[in-house]
Amino acid sequence: MAGTTLDDYTDRYARRVRGMTASEIRALFAVASRPEVVSLAGGAPYIAALPLDAVGEMLGRLGSEHGATTLQYGIGQGTLELREGICEVMALSGIDAACGASPEDVVVTVGGQQALDLVARLFLDPGDVVLAEGPTYVGALGVFQAAQAQVVHVPMDSDGLIPEALETAIAEQARAGRRVKFLYTIPTYQNPTGVTLTEERRERVLDICERAGLLVVEDDPYGQLGFESEAPAPLRARRREGVFYLSTFSKTFAPGLRVGWILAPHAVRDKLVIASEAQILCPSGYAQAAVSTYLNTMPWREQLKVYREVYRERRDALLDALTDLMPAGTSWTKPGGGLFVWATLPDGLDSKAMMPRAVAARVAYVPGTGFYADGSGGGHMRLNFSFPPPERIREGVRRLAGVMEQEIATRQVFGAVRGEGPRRRAGSDAPGPALA
Amino acid sequence: MAKTAADRPELTEPAAIDDLHVLVLAGGLSYERDVSLRSGRRVLDALRTVGMDVELRDADIALLPALAADPPDAVVIALHGATGEDGSLRGVLDLCDVPYVGCDARASRLAWDKPSAKTVLREAGIPTPDWVALPHDRFSELGAVAVLDRIVDRLGLPLMVKPAQGGSGLGAAVVRESAALPAAMVGCFAYGSTALVERYVPGMDVAVSVIDLGDGPQALPAVEIVPRNGVYDYAARYTAGRTTWHAPARLDSGVATNVAEVALAAHRALGLRDLSRVDLIVDADGRSHVLEVNVSPGMTETSLLPLAVAAAGLDFGRVLSTLVARAAARRP
Ligand SMILES: Cc1ncc(COP(=O)(O)O)c(C=O)c1O
Repeated sequence: MAGTTLDDYTDRYARRVRGMTASEIRALFAVASRPEVVSLAGGAPYIAALPLDAVGEMLGRLGSEHGATTLQYGIGQGTLELREGICEVMALSGIDAACGASPEDVVVTVGGQQALDLVARLFLDPGDVVLAEGPTYVGALGVFQAAQAQVVHVPMDSDGLIPEALETAIAEQARAGRRVKFLYTIPTYQNPTGVTLTEERRERVLDICERAGLLVVEDDPYGQLGFESEAPAPLRARRREGVFYLSTFSKTFAPGLRVGWILAPHAVRDKLVIASEAQILCPSGYAQAAVSTYLNTMPWREQLKVYREVYRERRDALLDALTDLMPAGTSWTKPGGGLFVWATLPDGLDSKAMMPRAVAARVAYVPGTGFYADGSGGGHMRLNFSFPPPERIREGVRRLAGVMEQEIATRQVFGAVRGEGPRRRAGSDAPGPALA
Repeated sequence: MAKTAADRPELTEPAAIDDLHVLVLAGGLSYERDVSLRSGRRVLDALRTVGMDVELRDADIALLPALAADPPDAVVIALHGATGEDGSLRGVLDLCDVPYVGCDARASRLAWDKPSAKTVLREAGIPTPDWVALPHDRFSELGAVAVLDRIVDRLGLPLMVKPAQGGSGLGAAVVRESAALPAAMVGCFAYGSTALVERYVPGMDVAVSVIDLGDGPQALPAVEIVPRNGVYDYAARYTAGRTTWHAPARLDSGVATNVAEVALAAHRALGLRDLSRVDLIVDADGRSHVLEVNVSPGMTETSLLPLAVAAAGLDFGRVLSTLVARAAARRP
């Protein structure tokens, strides 16, 4: 008797599907949607800070008055009106006409996520190597894994990616005879660490990549969410060639519209459009109109200030609570912007192994393992401060500190046993996008 | 002789099945929330398919007001983990005079605590692997090394370590050498404050679902579990394709009959009602060893009870609606 596996397609899946399994860590995130749980696990912007009445009215009119165009198919590259708006947004960060940014070279995408997928489709063959910060954005790891590329992490410190480590990694890959296609980097208010690459290192990283003939894929969803000072200019503002610039309206306006973009070198632009048409035909006309109308008729620069103000207060609440409550031996980053703090646990603690205790204590975070291709990172966790209000953040940290103390006590009782060593990442140690 | 599904039970169609208003509870705040939500949706679908008026709800702050405003004729508890299985929610439903499918609060509490359940089973002469259950505090007071050494001396290796309460294989580990024991204990205590350490019995993993459609508990065909990687962990349980299930299990008929009898005996010894799932190991000599008994068995796409229902040639929706109708008839 053959029995059943309850999946008759098992033998037919593509190789890249193999890692897609149910994960108890992912399942533990399910409780985070209950109001009793303080979730520091999500990455959701605080949409309630938008003028929702005005936005809602605008959205209504886009249907009733302009439906004949907004609800129709559009062109693969995205509307000219939006691409012009995007250039205005980029100019605010210093990527302007003077450094060759033009609406002609912008491709509108379904969020920054599709932009990443397009870059992977254009440049990655199975087995190719991508260099990325360690840790890096979980969604990028998913894209590179689906492209069957290998991610090699380059260590970072509180000044961002370490240039010497980048040189070493490039040399090692060359010696091993492997083909490195690009450096994927989130230089400003990085996800998951909140760390920003310093002014001086930006030039050095660009030089190193130039010398090695490496493309740079710069992912910049958070650059305009700085709290104190302006962030150093993006890499793309410093080089016309060799840098792909990816960004999104998800964190500066609203993720539900799913609008992002790539600014690509001339030659690549057409291929991006063809690849994007094969994926999605065209981005949503309605969502594009919503963003361009928002940019043209509403005070979007003021809204950026509102977001920054809300997040600055919440970041301070998180940093203060960490200082007051965390057990000795814990350290964390002090982000100048963005949505996340990266905490490093006292020696011997494993953030993944601690998850069930956190669920029982009604607090959630993302274990560091989600942000490394090889599943390492168990000694860290990502904490989000954009969604919960300050008093909830403090309560969350209080619960988290209790969880850590219990875990420390248990580990002492049984000797300082380490958690499991790095495992191959199943792509599932992080929550889905809907988690606030 | 024990009844098995061979004497196929009659599914009596109570006259007013589609007049019954049924509430399915799923979600909760346990580790198994995700599993529970899947179970709940599956139960909802199955009951709708047979024409019942069903509603799905979380066990949250809105539950009691909803029960008061629009009392259901019966509740199906698709909650796994503490809320669904430790008896407390059943106690609250009793307070509200709302009948539910499954055993009462007292039996639920007993089955939920594995060491207590094992004691009852052993007293009833039902085989279950030797065990020790110890709270975290005993290890810290007496010294973990000394206690673990004693356990290994007494029970031998390999050992099975699992939380004294809870399901889905969470926090469970097979320990084949004593050096691996401390790590397994730490993993286990992350899920609960008491650990159950059992002698590991090698053999065939089977699950026997027991249902009572009106003429006493019946054992459905045993389902044999063969995880592709050898370990029936969370991924193997809930990823279709990761485990091969044989229903009925590949057992000689004499052994199959014995497995069914043992499962029914466990169901009765614990005072269970309506439905349960008994997890057992059948060793090389064909002897059954009961590992645990679940009062709120999983109902997901990859769960064992629905597989057993299908293997018995029964319809999942009809089985559930019969259980619901029986529960509704218990209404005070
Ligand atoms: C670094 C980074 N890149 C890309 C994205 C994708 O965002 P979206 O697809 O919503 O634009 C995110 C979202 O969190 C991110 O953090």
